[in-house]
Amino acid sequence: MTLQTDWRGMLNPAVRDLPPSGIRRFFDLVTEVKGIISLGVGEPDFVTPWHIREACVYSLEKGYTMYTSNHGMLELREEIARDIRDTYKVDYNPRSEVLVTVGVSEGLDLAMRTLLRPGDEVMIPQPSYVSYAPCVILAGGRPVYLKTSVEDGFQLAAEQVEKAITPRARILVLSYPNNPTGATIDRKNLLEIAEVAAAHNLVVISDEVYDKLTYVGEHTCVSSLPGMRERTVLLNGFSKAYAMTGWRVGYAAGNGDFISAMTKIHQYTMLCAPITAQLAALEALKNGRREMRKMIDMYNRRRRLVVDAFREIGLPCFEPRGAFYAFPDIRSTGLTSEEFAVQLLNEEKVLVVPGNAFGEQGEGFVRCAYAASLEDLGEALKRMGSFVKRRLGRGKVLTASFRKPEQDEGEGMRQTV
Amino acid sequence: MREVLELLESDARLTAGQIATMLGRDEEEVARIIKESEEKKLIQGYFTLVDWDKLGAEKVSAVIEVKISPQRDVGFDAVAERIYRFPEVRSVRLMSGAYDLIVMIEGGTMKEVAHFVSFKLASMEYVLSTATHFVLKTYKHHGVIIDDKEEDRRQVIMP
Repeated sequence: MTLQTDWRGMLNPAVRDLPPSGIRRFFDLVTEVKGIISLGVGEPDFVTPWHIREACVYSLEKGYTMYTSNHGMLELREEIARDIRDTYKVDYNPRSEVLVTVGVSEGLDLAMRTLLRPGDEVMIPQPSYVSYAPCVILAGGRPVYLKTSVEDGFQLAAEQVEKAITPRARILVLSYPNNPTGATIDRKNLLEIAEVAAAHNLVVISDEVYDKLTYVGEHTCVSSLPGMRERTVLLNGFSKAYAMTGWRVGYAAGNGDFISAMTKIHQYTMLCAPITAQLAALEALKNGRREMRKMIDMYNRRRRLVVDAFREIGLPCFEPRGAFYAFPDIRSTGLTSEEFAVQLLNEEKVLVVPGNAFGEQGEGFVRCAYAASLEDLGEALKRMGSFVKRRLGRGKVLTASFRKPEQDEGEGMRQTV
Repeated sequence: MREVLELLESDARLTAGQIATMLGRDEEEVARIIKESEEKKLIQGYFTLVDWDKLGAEKVSAVIEVKISPQRDVGFDAVAERIYRFPEVRSVRLMSGAYDLIVMIEGGTMKEVAHFVSFKLASMEYVLSTATHFVLKTYKHHGVIIDDKEEDRRQVIMP
């Protein structure tokens, strides 16, 4: 018996059977191609604004290199609470109801582990960010997928939640503005969903990391809805709004008992978020508004340009109202999402992410991040234009012989309601 | 209007069509705004920022602090005009503080600049004194960092 088989036998089955991220798999293809323009990056193309970086450098010079409170620095929690109050008129006590985490990712993991008992069900709208289901599975829960579609603007409807309710239903995940679709959700829908959540005593975990990147209408913070503050775990961070992805700093806000339970896991596994990142986040909240607005204006302009270009090319594109992704419909090419992405990469050296990486509901779409320079976007769209033209010109008959998308992975994660 | 001008300021090559799409406005409306702004001289010109150093071009620039005595009725303006009419003068600004005008000048050689200062500028009527500072290196110009080493360091694909 080789060492390798030994190790596989020793693995926790929940981890062993966890499918790798669909995006990660795609990554292997990419490393072999040189000179690509990538629209596959889920992070701002801006570097963190200088005043934030400078504040961090200064803090290092001053010797801020130690642990902070497990909860995160009080001053930062106070600023976070102030920001939520100023923006959404929801009050959180910075001393007991806010926890600074290592990005929203940690917040998500902690929330699942704090709440889930084995076999509990977590409802996740799809398509959505790739981490939700794995975090549920690793915490012993069972993901239940709620399909959203382009026809409904990728918005979740209350009746879908209602229909998916079982005695084991515990948590509903909401993530608007949405990655990968760029969809936002109407306040009216949220109000109806809130009623269902209350009727069935669901906890709502709301990942609002793209809240500031809302271009049409206003973002509704889930915990600002009547009765929702008490049953919502609000997750947010600094990565997207302040271009601070690599700093890994975010926060969770919610009921005090819940936050203190969550803090226990955080304290034993993470201790605290890095102090340098916390100090940078503090600077972002105190003085980062102007730079943030500037970046958001730029995303918004690119957003319109990109959507317009896709429609021109002949790819119907649902209007993304938030985040920095466009999610064009590529079905007219006769290709699957993966075929489209792979062939586009090989022929035109433009990288997009196949929609099915975000759940089977994403099949027929590709995710294009427009967090890229105007030059790169223009060139990428030109290349995509000629790629699509060749496909549309060829007609759909020929594409019938293309292989079906591989279904070998992710089956276990794709049960849908 | 402001948004259109801001976009043009960041990239003068943007077409009215592109600007219209980016701002979610009508192309004709944007074209009209641009035309009007040109007519009203809100838009003073379209330029290209060239890094001449990189080309290896011999260019010398200097900033000159100039003290002048203001004249009745026209204040500093008449002297300023006599200075800014010289083509080698790139900019002239009236300043508060220890001197009156700050003059930016560009020439082919240090000798040319020195010649201009001593024969044209310092000897001008109403000019009381000058202090010339030669530029050794330009780091940032018109809001653009020269030779910015900051590049896209992102992974090519991320969820």
